[in-house]
Amino acid sequence: MNMDMSQYLDVFLEESKEHLENLNQKLLQLEKNRNDIGALNEIFRAAHTLKGMSSTMGFEDLADLTHHMENVLSDLKEGKIEVSSDIVDILFKCLDRIQLIVEQIETTGSGIMDNSDLISVLENVKSGSLEVASALEKEIRLPADEEKEAVLTPKEDKSKRFAFNDYDITVLREASSRGMKIYYIRIQVDPGCLMKSVRAFMVFKALEEEGEVIKSIPPAQELEEGKFEEGFEVFVITSADKEKLVQNVNKISEVKIAEIENIEIATVSVSTGEEKMAMQTSAESEMEKKAELGEKGAVSSGDQKKQVHKVRQTVRVDIERLDNLMNLVGELVMHKGRLEQIGANTKLVELNETIEQIDRVTADLQSVVMKVRMVPIEQVFNRFPRMVRDLAKELNKEVDFLMEGKETELDRTVIDEIGDPLVHLLRNAVDHGLEPAEERIKKGKPAVGTVMLRARHEGNNVYIEVEDDGAGIDIEKVKKKAVEKGLITEKEAEKMDKDEAIELLFYPGFSTAKTVTDVSGRGVGLDVVKTKIESLNGEIAVETKPDKGTKFKIKLPLTLAIIQALMVAVRDEIYAIPLSSVDETTMITKNDIKIIQGQEVMMLRGNILPIFRLAELLETPGGASSEDEMYVVVVRKAERQIGLVVDTLIGQQEIVIKSLGKLLSGIPGIAGAIVAGDGNVRLILDVATLF
Amino acid sequence: MDINAGLDLKNAYGENEEIQVVAFKLGREEYAVDVLSVQEINRLLNITRVPRTAKYIEGVVNLRGNIIPIINLHTRFNIEAVGDEEDKRIIVFQFDDTKAGIIVDEVSEVLRLNKGDIEETSRVYSSIDTDHIKGIAKVDNRLLILLDIAKILGA
Repeated sequence: MNMDMSQYLDVFLEESKEHLENLNQKLLQLEKNRNDIGALNEIFRAAHTLKGMSSTMGFEDLADLTHHMENVLSDLKEGKIEVSSDIVDILFKCLDRIQLIVEQIETTGSGIMDNSDLISVLENVKSGSLEVASALEKEIRLPADEEKEAVLTPKEDKSKRFAFNDYDITVLREASSRGMKIYYIRIQVDPGCLMKSVRAFMVFKALEEEGEVIKSIPPAQELEEGKFEEGFEVFVITSADKEKLVQNVNKISEVKIAEIENIEIATVSVSTGEEKMAMQTSAESEMEKKAELGEKGAVSSGDQKKQVHKVRQTVRVDIERLDNLMNLVGELVMHKGRLEQIGANTKLVELNETIEQIDRVTADLQSVVMKVRMVPIEQVFNRFPRMVRDLAKELNKEVDFLMEGKETELDRTVIDEIGDPLVHLLRNAVDHGLEPAEERIKKGKPAVGTVMLRARHEGNNVYIEVEDDGAGIDIEKVKKKAVEKGLITEKEAEKMDKDEAIELLFYPGFSTAKTVTDVSGRGVGLDVVKTKIESLNGEIAVETKPDKGTKFKIKLPLTLAIIQALMVAVRDEIYAIPLSSVDETTMITKNDIKIIQGQEVMMLRGNILPIFRLAELLETPGGASSEDEMYVVVVRKAERQIGLVVDTLIGQQEIVIKSLGKLLSGIPGIAGAIVAGDGNVRLILDVATLF
Repeated sequence: MDINAGLDLKNAYGENEEIQVVAFKLGREEYAVDVLSVQEINRLLNITRVPRTAKYIEGVVNLRGNIIPIINLHTRFNIEAVGDEEDKRIIVFQFDDTKAGIIVDEVSEVLRLNKGDIEETSRVYSSIDTDHIKGIAKVDNRLLILLDIAKILGA
């Protein structure tokens, strides 16, 4: 029975990453509270699983490293050594190495890496010799096995449930005559197990070290495909004893032997009936078993209630398929738009009623697809506590890192992109934002600095904030630096107000750190963050108060694929403006336009807004409109309002954003294109980069 | 797909092997491109102007839901457009992950060229920079200039 390993590689990688993330989290927890037995147990369990997985997949170096980690962890668990910050550091280093190996496996397929440095450290840390540890392990394990056997069901003839064919019987007879034993084993798999097929494979492999699996229910093929519920049953012929088999199987995590029994050849029945009969009986016995299981569950429900909880059914889907689905829905929405236009032209009641129905269904479909693509931001956030901790250690600062709103959901595409900008902001907060402890004490602030990371929904947007309670941004220093760097002149600096000065932070190549540290200030600065966020159709704003702290506020759209837009016309061209950046629309006459310092402005409820003519911004061909009245779309760029003069407001429309492709990427002011209801291409304006 | 493969004549083709090319007119000259790089040939579609981009980017079109940039070689290489509006076509090319089209004055035909008919030289008088030329072919009394379209489209 051979199963190919390569097909499990993806699952292995995915699961390893999950375990790693979990390990990182729990280790942080343990670091905070050194008596947290729960966290320690969890770490141990995850390390153990990782070890099992990697050795099955044949990544020996990884297995070896995790094995040594496990040894240290087991000593910690037994209280033989105390949790100390040194040990936590070493464990963190191990996690980093594991991550490295996993990444290497992902890219090159090879898991070979020399970990002797870490292993020797781990061995030093560990008290006592290896033998002692493993002996102890055995001591713990054996009584557990006995316990398991004690709860076995009363004896019954297992073989009767199986329909053995003539060939099986011959094999069994021969084995028996050679003095080999036949075991019936019922294996139970943890209901939460994600890699059931791999577990089954591991069980087979473990059993075949000692003998041969001659039959299984369900058949091996189905096991290979993971088509089974809580467990499966196998017949093994072996010359080894029961204990050895139990030991082999129990090494595999998430799997345990529920039942093991020696079977005499005499009791093995031959299925003489037709195939159909055999099928039927096995089906019946399947039912019996289920009933039996149910009863057992009921009896022991007192202490096993936790395990009975319904496992949520999930399907892992290739993201590409989701993207395809999204594209198709996008196409559908577009055609719906076309239908609506036809409906409006023909004024057929029946047609319009149907269109209304279609409208509703597509809206539902769209929101469902959208939800499918939503991922909690937790995915990104989870790696931050570890990062902030390392950073704080490196910089010799004490940081209290808090996170809020991890469950906030965002579109997958946004999630993939938002990680790096956040890393940058957090690094900035710890490195530049927070003052050294002595300085904080001098200022009468707690020595431990606080960094907050918050995410929340608001309307069709998600807000992410990175806030520190550090020194705040020194406006004068920023200006001075900008002058030094030649970004602005001295004169310009004098005239600048606070907000404009803060904008300087986002200029390319700006960095205020006095010394270039390893952490931040490597030349790539906030401009990169800003560009990234704007490419996601988002915005970034800064609030800062001297000695109170700084807050970076990022606003992101929930999704990038389908948005509401305002369609406007300038001369013969039609453009879409994302509704998320439109505040309002208004109508003005030529007399309402004033000029301040060469800039056209208008008054809107007491506020002065600069106004720009879209036709001029886009150099639209054709003559200027001679109408006295003109429409103004008030758009919001960062926190400022700007008026955009257009010829006509066409109306609000749902649009499906399409990329302009590699050849035309990065045009300032253009975010993408749509195919309008009439089949023509219209461009989407990007307010953030238009001016 | 590597469109150069078809035009890397010395290595890829024996003496008698043929390549298929699409021949088209641009101004008063006749050009050809390997048929393998051509996705389709269309009549002029509604082209939407894209502001703030190079002059020779004529705009974008909707090709069955895909947005395709259209390049105007007349503007790019300073070639005078000739012929009827009716005869103008868009030739759409497909490379690895990019699609782009060019406007031509007229598509003449698809024809087979023997390797022997092609002179692998860029030393030819034409409106298009020699950098973008793969060679010339003599067919009857016509001269066809083989274009390195991947290079022109920056793919």
